[in-house]
Amino acid sequence: MTTAVTELPVTETTTAAPVALTFDELLTRVHAIGRDVLAVHANDVDRLARFPSESIEAMKQALLLSAYVPQEYGGMGLNIVEISRICEAFGNYCGSSAMIYAMHCIQVACVVHHAQHSSYFRRYLKQLVQEQRLMASATTEIGTGGDLRSSICAIEVNGDCFTVTKKAPVISYGEYSDDLLLTCRSGPNAPASEQVHVMVRRGEYLAEPLSTWDTMGFRGTCSSGFTVTAQGSTDQILPTPFNDILSLTMHPYSHIVWGALWTGIAADAVNQARAFVRNEARKTPGETPISAVRLAEVDLVLQEMRHNVYGLAREYNELLKGGCPGQIHGFGFSIRTNNLKLSCSQRIVEIVGQALLICGISGYRNDSKFSLSRQLRDAYGAALMVNNDRITKLNATMLLAHREGN
Amino acid sequence: MTEAALESTVDTTAVREVLAQHGRLTVDINTLDVDFDLYGAGLTSLATVGIMLALEDRFEIEFPESMLSRSTFRSVASIAEAVAKLAG
Repeated sequence: MTTAVTELPVTETTTAAPVALTFDELLTRVHAIGRDVLAVHANDVDRLARFPSESIEAMKQALLLSAYVPQEYGGMGLNIVEISRICEAFGNYCGSSAMIYAMHCIQVACVVHHAQHSSYFRRYLKQLVQEQRLMASATTEIGTGGDLRSSICAIEVNGDCFTVTKKAPVISYGEYSDDLLLTCRSGPNAPASEQVHVMVRRGEYLAEPLSTWDTMGFRGTCSSGFTVTAQGSTDQILPTPFNDILSLTMHPYSHIVWGALWTGIAADAVNQARAFVRNEARKTPGETPISAVRLAEVDLVLQEMRHNVYGLAREYNELLKGGCPGQIHGFGFSIRTNNLKLSCSQRIVEIVGQALLICGISGYRNDSKFSLSRQLRDAYGAALMVNNDRITKLNATMLLAHREGN
Repeated sequence: MTEAALESTVDTTAVREVLAQHGRLTVDINTLDVDFDLYGAGLTSLATVGIMLALEDRFEIEFPESMLSRSTFRSVASIAEAVAKLAG
Protein backbone atom coordinates (compact mmCIF):
# COMPACT_ATOMS: atom_id res chain seq x y z
CA MET A 1 0.00 0.00 0.00
CA THR A 2 1.62 3.21 -1.09
CA THR A 3 -1.27 5.65 -1.24
CA ALA A 4 -0.98 8.74 0.90
CA VAL A 5 -3.35 8.30 3.78
CA THR A 6 -2.52 10.98 6.24
CA GLU A 7 -0.50 14.07 6.86
CA LEU A 8 1.86 14.94 9.62
CA PRO A 9 0.67 17.91 11.61
CA VAL A 10 2.67 21.01 10.79
CA THR A 11 4.85 21.90 13.75
CA GLU A 12 5.73 25.45 14.66
CA THR A 13 9.24 25.08 13.34
CA THR A 14 8.12 23.69 9.99
CA THR A 15 7.24 25.93 7.14
CA ALA A 16 7.32 23.28 4.46
CA ALA A 17 4.13 21.65 3.19
CA PRO A 18 2.84 18.79 5.38
CA VAL A 19 4.50 15.50 4.59
CA ALA A 20 2.14 12.80 3.42
CA LEU A 21 2.57 9.44 5.11
CA THR A 22 2.03 6.22 3.26
CA PHE A 23 0.21 3.50 5.15
CA ASP A 24 3.43 1.57 5.59
CA GLU A 25 5.08 4.63 7.11
CA LEU A 26 2.10 5.10 9.39
CA LEU A 27 2.36 1.46 10.47
CA THR A 28 6.05 1.97 11.26
CA ARG A 29 5.03 4.88 13.45
CA VAL A 30 2.36 2.72 15.13
CA HIS A 31 5.03 0.13 15.95
CA ALA A 32 7.28 2.87 17.32
CA ILE A 33 4.45 4.02 19.62
CA GLY A 34 3.92 0.38 20.59
CA ARG A 35 7.58 -0.13 21.50
CA ASP A 36 8.20 3.25 23.12
CA VAL A 37 4.91 3.69 24.98
CA LEU A 38 2.55 0.68 25.10
CA ALA A 39 5.21 -1.94 25.88
CA VAL A 40 6.86 0.27 28.48
CA HIS A 41 3.68 0.56 30.57
CA ALA A 42 1.97 -2.75 29.72
CA ASN A 43 3.02 -4.63 32.84
CA ASP A 44 2.17 -1.75 35.14
CA VAL A 45 -1.23 -1.30 33.47
CA ASP A 46 -1.83 -5.04 33.88
CA ARG A 47 -0.64 -5.25 37.48
CA LEU A 48 -2.65 -2.27 38.70
CA ALA A 49 -5.63 -2.81 36.36
CA ARG A 50 -5.29 0.84 35.44
CA PHE A 51 -6.26 2.77 32.34
CA PRO A 52 -3.32 2.96 29.89
CA SER A 53 -3.45 6.74 29.71
CA GLU A 54 0.06 7.00 28.21
CA SER A 55 -0.96 4.72 25.32
CA ILE A 56 -4.15 6.58 24.53
CA GLU A 57 -2.36 9.93 24.75
CA ALA A 58 0.28 8.71 22.28
CA MET A 59 -2.47 7.49 19.92
CA LYS A 60 -4.11 10.92 20.14
CA GLN A 61 -0.81 12.66 19.39
CA ALA A 62 -0.52 10.56 16.24
CA LEU A 63 -4.15 11.42 15.36
CA LEU A 64 -4.98 7.73 15.37
CA LEU A 65 -8.35 8.17 17.08
CA SER A 66 -9.65 9.57 13.79
CA ALA A 67 -7.93 7.00 11.59
CA TYR A 68 -11.29 5.64 10.34
CA VAL A 69 -12.87 9.08 9.88
CA PRO A 70 -13.10 9.98 6.18
CA GLN A 71 -10.58 12.50 4.89
CA GLU A 72 -13.26 15.08 4.09
CA TYR A 73 -13.65 15.61 7.87
CA GLY A 74 -9.90 15.68 8.39
CA GLY A 75 -9.48 12.03 9.35
CA MET A 76 -7.10 9.53 7.77
CA GLY A 77 -9.84 7.75 5.85
CA LEU A 78 -8.33 4.31 6.46
CA ASN A 79 -10.34 1.19 5.66
CA ILE A 80 -11.15 -1.77 7.91
CA VAL A 81 -8.17 -3.78 6.64
CA GLU A 82 -5.78 -0.97 7.56
CA ILE A 83 -7.46 -0.38 10.93
CA SER A 84 -7.08 -4.11 11.61
CA ARG A 85 -3.37 -3.90 10.91
CA ILE A 86 -3.04 -1.06 13.43
CA CYS A 87 -5.00 -3.08 16.02
CA GLU A 88 -2.78 -6.10 15.37
CA ALA A 89 0.34 -3.95 15.74
CA PHE A 90 -0.84 -2.52 19.08
CA GLY A 91 -1.71 -6.07 20.18
CA ASN A 92 2.00 -6.89 19.95
CA TYR A 93 2.74 -4.50 22.82
CA CYS A 94 -0.26 -4.19 25.17
CA GLY A 95 -3.52 -6.14 24.83
CA SER A 96 -5.55 -3.68 26.90
CA SER A 97 -4.40 -0.64 24.90
CA ALA A 98 -5.08 -2.49 21.65
CA MET A 99 -8.54 -3.50 22.87
CA ILE A 100 -9.40 0.07 23.83
CA TYR A 101 -8.23 1.30 20.43
CA ALA A 102 -10.26 -1.40 18.65
CA MET A 103 -13.39 -0.66 20.67
CA HIS A 104 -13.04 3.05 19.97
CA CYS A 105 -12.73 2.34 16.22
CA ILE A 106 -15.93 0.26 16.33
CA GLN A 107 -17.86 3.23 17.75
CA VAL A 108 -16.32 5.57 15.16
CA ALA A 109 -17.37 3.15 12.41
CA CYS A 110 -20.99 3.17 13.67
CA VAL A 111 -21.07 6.96 13.24
CA VAL A 112 -19.15 6.95 9.93
CA HIS A 113 -21.33 4.25 8.38
CA HIS A 114 -24.72 5.26 9.74
CA ALA A 115 -24.86 8.91 10.72
CA GLN A 116 -23.13 10.97 8.05
CA HIS A 117 -26.47 12.12 6.69
CA SER A 118 -27.05 14.02 9.93
CA SER A 119 -25.55 17.50 10.21
CA TYR A 120 -25.04 16.95 13.95
CA PHE A 121 -22.87 13.88 13.34
CA ARG A 122 -20.99 15.52 10.47
CA ARG A 123 -20.03 18.25 12.92
CA TYR A 124 -19.24 15.59 15.50
CA LEU A 125 -16.81 13.84 13.14
CA LYS A 126 -14.90 17.09 12.63
CA GLN A 127 -14.80 17.63 16.37
CA LEU A 128 -13.60 14.06 16.88
CA VAL A 129 -10.71 14.73 14.50
CA GLN A 130 -9.76 18.03 16.10
CA GLU A 131 -10.08 16.97 19.71
CA GLN A 132 -9.20 13.27 19.27
CA ARG A 133 -12.20 12.31 21.38
CA LEU A 134 -12.30 8.80 22.83
CA MET A 135 -15.57 6.93 22.25
CA ALA A 136 -16.88 4.08 24.41
CA SER A 137 -19.91 1.81 24.22
CA ALA A 138 -22.78 0.84 26.51
CA THR A 139 -24.65 -1.92 24.73
CA THR A 140 -25.18 -4.68 27.30
CA GLU A 141 -27.70 -4.16 30.07
CA ILE A 142 -28.41 -5.83 33.38
CA GLY A 143 -31.43 -8.09 32.86
CA THR A 144 -31.08 -8.88 29.15
CA GLY A 145 -28.63 -11.75 29.64
CA GLY A 146 -25.99 -10.33 27.32
CA ASP A 147 -28.36 -10.02 24.35
CA LEU A 148 -27.35 -6.90 22.42
CA ARG A 149 -30.53 -7.07 20.38
CA SER A 150 -32.83 -6.17 23.21
CA SER A 151 -33.02 -3.36 25.72
CA ILE A 152 -34.99 -2.77 28.87
CA CYS A 153 -34.25 0.93 29.29
CA ALA A 154 -36.03 3.37 27.00
CA ILE A 155 -35.31 6.83 25.73
CA GLU A 156 -37.86 9.46 26.71
CA VAL A 157 -38.17 12.34 24.32
CA ASN A 158 -39.59 15.66 25.39
CA GLY A 159 -39.54 18.23 22.60
CA ASP A 160 -35.95 18.42 21.34
CA CYS A 161 -34.48 16.77 24.42
CA PHE A 162 -34.13 13.22 25.63
CA THR A 163 -33.39 11.48 28.89
CA VAL A 164 -32.37 7.88 29.42
CA THR A 165 -31.13 5.76 32.32
CA LYS A 166 -29.30 2.51 31.69
CA LYS A 167 -27.84 -0.08 34.04
CA ALA A 168 -24.82 -1.31 32.12
CA PRO A 169 -22.91 -4.27 33.62
CA VAL A 170 -19.83 -3.36 31.57
CA ILE A 171 -18.65 -0.11 30.02
CA SER A 172 -15.06 -0.51 28.93
CA TYR A 173 -12.95 2.54 29.88
CA GLY A 174 -16.26 4.26 30.71
CA GLU A 175 -14.60 6.53 33.23
CA TYR A 176 -12.08 7.78 30.70
CA SER A 177 -14.10 8.20 27.52
CA ASP A 178 -15.31 11.50 26.13
CA ASP A 179 -18.45 10.20 24.48
CA LEU A 180 -20.56 7.09 24.86
CA LEU A 181 -22.77 5.28 22.34
CA LEU A 182 -25.63 3.73 24.28
CA THR A 183 -28.48 1.46 23.18
CA CYS A 184 -32.03 1.69 24.48
CA ARG A 185 -35.61 1.12 23.34
CA SER A 186 -36.89 3.81 20.99
CA GLY A 187 -39.59 4.83 23.47
CA PRO A 188 -41.32 3.70 26.66
CA ASN A 189 -43.86 1.65 24.67
CA ALA A 190 -41.45 0.13 22.14
CA PRO A 191 -40.74 -3.62 22.15
CA ALA A 192 -37.39 -4.76 23.57
CA SER A 193 -35.98 -5.31 20.06
CA GLU A 194 -36.84 -1.85 18.72
CA GLN A 195 -33.67 -0.05 19.73
CA VAL A 196 -31.98 3.23 18.99
CA HIS A 197 -28.31 4.10 19.32
CA VAL A 198 -27.72 7.36 21.16
CA MET A 199 -24.58 9.37 21.70
CA VAL A 200 -24.18 10.80 25.16
CA ARG A 201 -21.45 13.33 25.77
CA ARG A 202 -19.17 13.86 28.74
CA GLY A 203 -20.81 16.45 30.94
CA GLU A 204 -24.26 15.31 29.87
CA TYR A 205 -24.31 12.07 31.79
CA LEU A 206 -23.79 10.78 35.28
CA ALA A 207 -22.17 7.39 35.74
CA GLU A 208 -22.71 5.74 39.09
CA PRO A 209 -20.46 2.71 39.63
CA LEU A 210 -22.23 -0.66 39.84
CA SER A 211 -19.25 -2.99 39.83
CA THR A 212 -15.48 -3.01 39.66
CA TRP A 213 -13.10 -4.57 37.10
CA ASP A 214 -10.63 -6.93 38.74
CA THR A 215 -10.25 -9.66 36.15
CA MET A 216 -7.78 -12.23 34.92
CA GLY A 217 -6.88 -10.36 31.74
CA PHE A 218 -7.51 -7.21 29.71
CA ARG A 219 -7.20 -5.52 33.07
CA GLY A 220 -6.36 -2.11 31.64
CA THR A 221 -9.67 -1.84 29.79
CA CYS A 222 -11.23 -0.88 33.14
CA SER A 223 -14.59 -2.35 32.08
CA SER A 224 -16.57 -1.59 35.22
CA GLY A 225 -20.37 -1.45 35.37
CA PHE A 226 -22.28 1.79 35.71
CA THR A 227 -25.76 3.18 35.95
CA VAL A 228 -25.72 5.87 33.30
CA THR A 229 -28.21 8.69 33.56
CA ALA A 230 -28.00 10.86 30.48
CA GLN A 231 -29.72 13.71 28.77
CA GLY A 232 -29.14 15.50 25.52
CA SER A 233 -30.60 16.75 22.28
CA THR A 234 -32.59 14.44 19.99
CA ASP A 235 -29.94 15.18 17.31
CA GLN A 236 -27.72 12.80 19.25
CA ILE A 237 -29.88 9.80 18.32
CA LEU A 238 -28.20 8.04 15.40
CA PRO A 239 -30.51 8.34 12.38
CA THR A 240 -30.43 4.58 11.67
CA PRO A 241 -32.19 1.84 13.69
CA PHE A 242 -29.72 0.04 15.99
CA ASN A 243 -30.67 -3.30 14.47
CA ASP A 244 -29.16 -2.17 11.15
CA ILE A 245 -26.12 -0.62 12.83
CA LEU A 246 -25.51 -3.88 14.67
CA SER A 247 -25.74 -6.19 11.71
CA LEU A 248 -24.09 -3.91 9.13
CA THR A 249 -21.32 -2.52 11.28
CA MET A 250 -20.97 -3.33 14.96
CA HIS A 251 -21.09 -7.11 14.59
CA PRO A 252 -18.68 -7.58 11.66
CA TYR A 253 -16.41 -4.67 12.57
CA SER A 254 -16.02 -5.86 16.19
CA HIS A 255 -15.15 -9.43 15.35
CA ILE A 256 -12.65 -8.34 12.69
CA VAL A 257 -10.78 -5.80 14.82
CA TRP A 258 -10.88 -8.05 17.89
CA GLY A 259 -9.54 -10.91 15.80
CA ALA A 260 -6.80 -8.60 14.58
CA LEU A 261 -5.66 -7.49 18.04
CA TRP A 262 -5.85 -11.07 19.33
CA THR A 263 -3.61 -12.01 16.41
CA GLY A 264 -1.25 -9.29 17.63
CA ILE A 265 -1.18 -10.76 21.14
CA ALA A 266 -0.64 -14.27 19.72
CA ALA A 267 2.15 -12.97 17.46
CA ASP A 268 3.79 -11.32 20.47
CA ALA A 269 3.80 -14.68 22.28
CA VAL A 270 5.23 -16.40 19.19
CA ASN A 271 7.92 -13.71 18.93
CA GLN A 272 8.92 -14.37 22.53
CA ALA A 273 9.02 -18.08 21.82
CA ARG A 274 11.17 -17.39 18.74
CA ALA A 275 13.62 -15.33 20.79
CA PHE A 276 13.76 -18.13 23.34
CA VAL A 277 14.38 -20.79 20.68
CA ARG A 278 17.14 -18.67 19.15
CA ASN A 279 18.82 -18.48 22.55
CA GLU A 280 18.60 -22.27 22.80
CA ALA A 281 19.97 -22.74 19.32
CA ARG A 282 22.98 -20.59 20.13
CA LYS A 283 23.83 -22.90 23.00
CA THR A 284 23.93 -25.95 20.72
CA PRO A 285 25.35 -24.82 17.38
CA GLY A 286 24.61 -27.08 14.42
CA GLU A 287 21.68 -28.74 16.15
CA THR A 288 18.02 -27.73 15.75
CA PRO A 289 16.50 -27.74 19.23
CA ILE A 290 13.22 -29.62 19.77
CA SER A 291 11.61 -26.29 20.71
CA ALA A 292 12.24 -25.12 17.13
CA VAL A 293 9.90 -27.82 15.88
CA ARG A 294 7.24 -26.63 18.29
CA LEU A 295 7.86 -23.10 17.03
CA ALA A 296 7.30 -24.24 13.44
CA GLU A 297 4.00 -25.83 14.50
CA VAL A 298 2.71 -22.79 16.34
CA ASP A 299 3.78 -20.45 13.53
CA LEU A 300 1.47 -22.34 11.20
CA VAL A 301 -1.51 -21.80 13.50
CA LEU A 302 -0.66 -18.10 13.76
CA GLN A 303 -0.61 -17.82 9.98
CA GLU A 304 -4.05 -19.46 9.72
CA MET A 305 -5.41 -17.12 12.38
CA ARG A 306 -4.05 -14.04 10.62
CA HIS A 307 -5.31 -15.11 7.20
CA ASN A 308 -8.74 -15.78 8.66
CA VAL A 309 -8.90 -12.23 10.06
CA TYR A 310 -7.74 -10.49 6.88
CA GLY A 311 -9.84 -12.73 4.64
CA LEU A 312 -13.00 -11.54 6.33
CA ALA A 313 -11.70 -7.96 6.69
CA ARG A 314 -11.16 -7.79 2.92
CA GLU A 315 -14.55 -9.38 2.20
CA TYR A 316 -16.26 -6.86 4.49
CA ASN A 317 -14.32 -3.99 2.95
CA GLU A 318 -15.40 -5.07 -0.54
CA LEU A 319 -19.04 -5.34 0.53
CA LEU A 320 -18.86 -1.87 2.07
CA LYS A 321 -17.23 -0.40 -1.03
CA GLY A 322 -19.70 -2.15 -3.30
CA GLY A 323 -22.66 -0.92 -1.27
CA CYS A 324 -24.02 -4.44 -0.64
CA PRO A 325 -25.95 -4.13 2.64
CA GLY A 326 -28.11 -7.10 1.66
CA GLN A 327 -25.13 -9.43 1.70
CA ILE A 328 -23.82 -8.10 5.02
CA HIS A 329 -27.30 -8.56 6.52
CA GLY A 330 -27.49 -12.13 5.18
CA PHE A 331 -27.06 -15.24 7.27
CA GLY A 332 -24.04 -16.35 5.24
CA PHE A 333 -21.88 -13.35 6.14
CA SER A 334 -23.15 -13.36 9.74
CA ILE A 335 -22.18 -17.00 10.15
CA ARG A 336 -18.71 -16.36 8.71
CA THR A 337 -18.27 -13.38 11.04
CA ASN A 338 -19.22 -15.53 14.03
CA ASN A 339 -16.92 -18.30 12.83
CA LEU A 340 -14.06 -15.81 12.73
CA LYS A 341 -14.71 -14.87 16.36
CA LEU A 342 -15.03 -18.49 17.49
CA SER A 343 -11.90 -19.52 15.65
CA CYS A 344 -9.70 -16.58 16.70
CA SER A 345 -10.71 -16.77 20.34
CA GLN A 346 -9.71 -20.45 20.42
CA ARG A 347 -6.54 -20.03 18.35
CA ILE A 348 -5.20 -17.28 20.62
CA VAL A 349 -5.34 -19.60 23.65
CA GLU A 350 -3.77 -22.42 21.66
CA ILE A 351 -0.96 -20.23 20.31
CA VAL A 352 -0.06 -18.53 23.60
CA GLY A 353 -0.24 -21.96 25.31
CA GLN A 354 2.16 -23.42 22.75
CA ALA A 355 4.48 -20.45 23.11
CA LEU A 356 4.46 -21.06 26.87
CA LEU A 357 5.48 -24.68 26.33
CA ILE A 358 8.37 -23.48 24.18
CA CYS A 359 9.56 -20.90 26.70
CA GLY A 360 9.05 -23.34 29.56
CA ILE A 361 9.64 -22.11 33.07
CA SER A 362 10.98 -18.81 31.68
CA GLY A 363 7.57 -18.14 30.16
CA TYR A 364 5.81 -19.26 33.33
CA ARG A 365 7.74 -16.87 35.55
CA ASN A 366 6.35 -13.40 36.14
CA ASP A 367 9.82 -11.90 36.52
CA SER A 368 11.40 -13.16 33.32
CA LYS A 369 11.79 -11.30 30.04
CA PHE A 370 10.07 -14.31 28.40
CA SER A 371 7.06 -14.13 30.76
CA LEU A 372 3.79 -14.95 28.99
CA SER A 373 1.55 -14.43 31.99
CA ARG A 374 -0.23 -11.32 30.69
CA GLN A 375 -0.66 -12.69 27.17
CA LEU A 376 -2.09 -15.97 28.49
CA ARG A 377 -4.54 -14.25 30.82
CA ASP A 378 -5.61 -11.85 28.05
CA ALA A 379 -6.03 -14.80 25.67
CA TYR A 380 -8.62 -16.49 27.86
CA GLY A 381 -10.80 -13.38 27.75
CA ALA A 382 -11.38 -13.69 24.01
CA ALA A 383 -13.87 -16.55 24.27
CA LEU A 384 -15.81 -14.75 27.00
CA MET A 385 -16.35 -11.29 25.58
CA VAL A 386 -19.58 -12.12 23.75
CA ASN A 387 -19.59 -15.68 25.00
CA ASN A 388 -18.65 -18.33 22.46
CA ASP A 389 -21.53 -20.58 23.55
CA ARG A 390 -24.01 -17.85 22.66
CA ILE A 391 -22.36 -17.36 19.27
CA THR A 392 -22.28 -21.08 18.53
CA LYS A 393 -25.98 -21.33 19.35
CA LEU A 394 -26.75 -18.39 17.01
CA ASN A 395 -24.78 -20.05 14.24
CA ALA A 396 -26.57 -23.34 14.86
CA THR A 397 -29.92 -21.58 14.40
CA MET A 398 -28.83 -19.63 11.31
CA LEU A 399 -27.33 -22.73 9.71
CA LEU A 400 -30.80 -24.29 9.75
CA ALA A 401 -31.82 -21.65 7.23
CA HIS A 402 -28.57 -20.93 5.42
CA ARG A 403 -27.76 -22.72 2.19
CA GLU A 404 -24.44 -22.39 0.46
CA GLY A 405 -24.44 -21.22 -3.11
CA ASN A 406 -28.08 -20.47 -3.95
CA MET B 1 -51.87 -4.83 -0.77
CA THR B 2 -55.26 -5.75 0.66
CA GLU B 3 -56.03 -8.95 2.52
CA ALA B 4 -58.60 -9.83 -0.17
CA ALA B 5 -56.08 -9.49 -3.00
CA LEU B 6 -53.72 -11.81 -1.21
CA GLU B 7 -56.42 -14.30 -0.33
CA SER B 8 -56.64 -15.29 -3.98
CA THR B 9 -53.07 -16.55 -3.92
CA VAL B 10 -52.08 -17.58 -0.41
CA ASP B 11 -54.02 -18.14 2.74
CA THR B 12 -52.85 -15.31 5.00
CA THR B 13 -54.55 -17.08 7.90
CA ALA B 14 -51.94 -19.82 7.60
CA VAL B 15 -49.17 -17.22 7.54
CA ARG B 16 -50.65 -15.61 10.64
CA GLU B 17 -50.81 -19.00 12.37
CA VAL B 18 -47.14 -19.62 11.63
CA LEU B 19 -46.26 -16.14 12.90
CA ALA B 20 -48.33 -16.66 16.06
CA GLN B 21 -46.47 -19.88 16.78
CA HIS B 22 -42.92 -18.97 15.72
CA GLY B 23 -42.71 -15.17 15.42
CA ARG B 24 -42.04 -14.41 19.11
CA LEU B 25 -43.81 -11.10 18.51
CA THR B 26 -44.61 -8.70 21.30
CA VAL B 27 -48.15 -8.13 20.02
CA ASP B 28 -50.98 -10.43 18.88
CA ILE B 29 -50.43 -11.04 15.17
CA ASN B 30 -54.17 -11.04 14.52
CA THR B 31 -54.39 -7.41 15.56
CA LEU B 32 -51.86 -6.36 12.90
CA ASP B 33 -52.61 -5.26 9.36
CA VAL B 34 -51.09 -7.34 6.51
CA ASP B 35 -48.63 -4.55 5.77
CA PHE B 36 -47.60 -3.87 9.38
CA ASP B 37 -43.81 -3.92 9.84
CA LEU B 38 -43.24 -7.07 11.89
CA TYR B 39 -39.77 -5.90 12.95
CA GLY B 40 -41.60 -3.08 14.71
CA ALA B 41 -43.62 -5.76 16.50
CA GLY B 42 -40.54 -7.43 17.92
CA LEU B 43 -39.59 -9.78 15.07
CA THR B 44 -35.90 -10.69 15.13
CA SER B 45 -33.83 -12.19 12.36
CA LEU B 46 -33.31 -15.32 14.45
CA ALA B 47 -37.07 -15.79 14.82
CA THR B 48 -37.34 -15.68 11.03
CA VAL B 49 -35.46 -18.99 10.95
CA GLY B 50 -38.27 -20.72 12.86
CA ILE B 51 -40.86 -19.00 10.66
CA MET B 52 -39.05 -20.10 7.50
CA LEU B 53 -38.81 -23.71 8.65
CA ALA B 54 -42.51 -23.77 9.58
CA LEU B 55 -43.53 -22.23 6.24
CA GLU B 56 -41.38 -24.72 4.33
CA ASP B 57 -43.00 -27.56 6.18
CA ARG B 58 -46.53 -26.27 5.85
CA PHE B 59 -46.43 -25.27 2.18
CA GLU B 60 -43.89 -27.87 1.03
CA ILE B 61 -41.58 -25.23 -0.36
CA GLU B 62 -37.92 -24.38 0.01
CA PHE B 63 -36.62 -20.86 0.49
CA PRO B 64 -33.50 -20.11 -1.54
CA GLU B 65 -30.73 -18.17 0.23
CA SER B 66 -31.52 -15.11 -1.90
CA MET B 67 -34.98 -14.83 -0.36
CA LEU B 68 -33.79 -15.04 3.24
CA SER B 69 -33.75 -11.30 3.60
CA ARG B 70 -35.29 -8.78 5.92
CA SER B 71 -37.69 -7.66 3.21
CA THR B 72 -39.13 -11.18 2.76
CA PHE B 73 -40.19 -11.37 6.38
CA ARG B 74 -41.16 -7.73 6.85
CA SER B 75 -44.94 -8.21 6.87
CA VAL B 76 -47.74 -10.78 6.55
CA ALA B 77 -48.17 -9.54 2.98
CA SER B 78 -44.51 -9.93 2.03
CA ILE B 79 -44.35 -13.42 3.55
CA ALA B 80 -47.53 -14.46 1.73
CA GLU B 81 -46.11 -13.10 -1.53
CA ALA B 82 -42.90 -15.05 -1.05
CA VAL B 83 -44.80 -18.23 -0.29
CA ALA B 84 -47.02 -17.70 -3.34
CA LYS B 85 -43.94 -17.23 -5.52
CA LEU B 86 -42.27 -20.38 -4.23
CA ALA B 87 -45.42 -22.50 -4.31
CA GLY B 88 -46.38 -21.28 -7.76
